[in-house]
Amino acid sequence: MINKTVANAEVAVADVFSNAVLMLGGFGLSGIPENSIKALLARDLHGLTCISNNAGVDDFGIGLMLQKRMVKKMISSYVGENAEFERQLLSGELEVELIPQGTLAERVRAGGAGIPAFFTPAGVGTEVADGKELREFDGKLYLLERWLKADFAFVKAWKGDTAGNLIFKGTARNFNPMMAAAGKITIAEVEELVPAGELNPNEIHTPGIYVQRIFQGKDYEKRIEQRTVSRK
Amino acid sequence: MLNKDQIAQRIAKEVQNGQYINLGIGIPTLVANYIPDDLEVVLQSENGLLGIGPFPTEDKVDPDLINAGKQTITMSKGSALFNSSESFAMIRGGHVHLTILGAMEVSENGDIANWKIPGKMVKGMGGAMDLVASAENIIVAMQHCSKDGQSKLLKECSLPITGIRCVKKIVTDLAVVEVLPEGGFRLLERAPGVSVQEIIDKTEGRMLVEGEIPEMSF
Repeated sequence: MINKTVANAEVAVADVFSNAVLMLGGFGLSGIPENSIKALLARDLHGLTCISNNAGVDDFGIGLMLQKRMVKKMISSYVGENAEFERQLLSGELEVELIPQGTLAERVRAGGAGIPAFFTPAGVGTEVADGKELREFDGKLYLLERWLKADFAFVKAWKGDTAGNLIFKGTARNFNPMMAAAGKITIAEVEELVPAGELNPNEIHTPGIYVQRIFQGKDYEKRIEQRTVSRK
Repeated sequence: MLNKDQIAQRIAKEVQNGQYINLGIGIPTLVANYIPDDLEVVLQSENGLLGIGPFPTEDKVDPDLINAGKQTITMSKGSALFNSSESFAMIRGGHVHLTILGAMEVSENGDIANWKIPGKMVKGMGGAMDLVASAENIIVAMQHCSKDGQSKLLKECSLPITGIRCVKKIVTDLAVVEVLPEGGFRLLERAPGVSVQEIIDKTEGRMLVEGEIPEMSF
């Protein structure tokens, strides 16, 4: 089995370059690559394009990369939790492509699966359709969307093995599996790294073929945006 | 006039046994509190869960288990977890029967606007465009008028559109309104104590009123 293990986040992100296109897994703050983001923040990078469903919050996740002005362009579906993002966007400092969440997921999936484009009904009749090819199939209109790929994809899993196989937990799976496949170099951080052979192959969500580097993450904060509890 | 919980309570009456349902953020999330116990339905969360359960007690809070509004949740019995691509495959593929979401404006031909106010608010559409492009039944929960008194049931939406010709029904603090397939609103029910005339006055789009309009019951 090919061993994908690297020592830590710093080593894993050492060759990320300015103006690179990055994918970062996660939905809200759930399942985001916390360790890799921290390591990226320690590097002198600029002009990055970040593809991620959300942009973190002001003081956590991708929000920290925005604070440091490392990001030239964001490609996301929802950015409502980040005031700094909204400010940079409205002032024109940040380039932003907002796309429907399902279209984002499918564009990333298509990138990893070698499908250059596909038709979707999402966004027909809206400004999302501007400049895109429309076509009718069986009486309904669809618009053509292109794949997305990245120089580096950062994903976060619950468990992983040295061969790069990944298992996610709960709703922290979200965009991570598709992004793992769509990255030229995919860097996985996991809460528990085990030797190849210890994970049950029946339960692998992301096969190791998509993962180039894997490391044991540490000090997970797993911040909660909307802690909502019931009394009973 | 209904409060937010009463709007949710009225919408819950639209839910049918055996449905898979996606609830949007805000009032739609409250609908879950009013679905009768004898109905078997499954709530979908577009971040990758079928089978949303109640909010957790303090000791059961799990940061790896949230809904699309980023609230901590639990899973009901028989839940399934999946990735975002799979989640929207079930949405686009027409497997989710009912979508309930909020709106800033709805037009009389069923167009909905709920994701952007140019120059002012840019939050993004999230999953709303995918949901409204595909669900067979879409119910909107919203206030009848904006905070400055402008009708939100319009001839044409003035804000950027989220989806066209998709809304089937609207439940507001004043009324239950159907969007007719040929275009135009039709008044189905009025909130307790609200007159038909008040609803007509507060609706900019065409409103068809036929016969006696019953008061909502809960």
